[in-house]
Amino acid sequence: MTLSLSGELDHHEARQLIGELEEKIDTGMPRDCVLDLGGLKFMDSSGIAIILKLHKRMNALGGRLFVQNVQSQPMRVLDASGIDRIIEISV
Amino acid sequence: MKELNSVRFEFPSLSANEGFARGAAACFAAQLDMTLTELGDVKTAVSEAVTNCIVHAYPDSVGPILLRLRILEGGELEIQVKDRGRGIEDVERARQPLFTTGGDERGGMGFTIMESFTDSMKVRSKVGAGTTVTMRKRVEKRRKAR
Repeated sequence: MTLSLSGELDHHEARQLIGELEEKIDTGMPRDCVLDLGGLKFMDSSGIAIILKLHKRMNALGGRLFVQNVQSQPMRVLDASGIDRIIEISV
Repeated sequence: MKELNSVRFEFPSLSANEGFARGAAACFAAQLDMTLTELGDVKTAVSEAVTNCIVHAYPDSVGPILLRLRILEGGELEIQVKDRGRGIEDVERARQPLFTTGGDERGGMGFTIMESFTDSMKVRSKVGAGTTVTMRKRVEKRRKAR
């Protein structure tokens, strides 16, 4: 399963988005999930909280989460968080 | 340090204003001939600081957030985000990575990101009176094209 995010992701957007993403995972029950951030131009630490939540959800299903196509500003946020130690992230 | 320009905005602690605050900060900071990366850093730091006010300072109410931006002599941007909310009991603990009282919608990385994306950060807080976060970001000098 691939979930794609675009635009700007902050606390305001994240509050609604997380429910929608979790519902897609719960419905699809995928073996692996790719979070495609190719269209995401801005992200703050609310994005980290979303990625961690989806990672936990996939772990509970016995699957894995991969984060791909990360643009420069979101990558700086991910780098600062050290999240790449637990989740596979690629540009 | 001499102030060359400044702006102040006051807005209610509604999450819809997060985008406005970082956008306004980036527009003002653009006077400093920042790179896109530096402007992204300013947007990120402002977004984190304003979100902290919304989530932590006014958890059950809507209150005022004051955003003050100053351009200082020598090519430095000062960002100040102030609230009159409930304040932080233990600032040092709040600044630790992964510490949060905001539930699982926050990752506890707000102060860590602010600190990483600026050159300095000061946090002053008094329980029951509010919190002021002051950050400074220097603009790297670039050689002008001939």
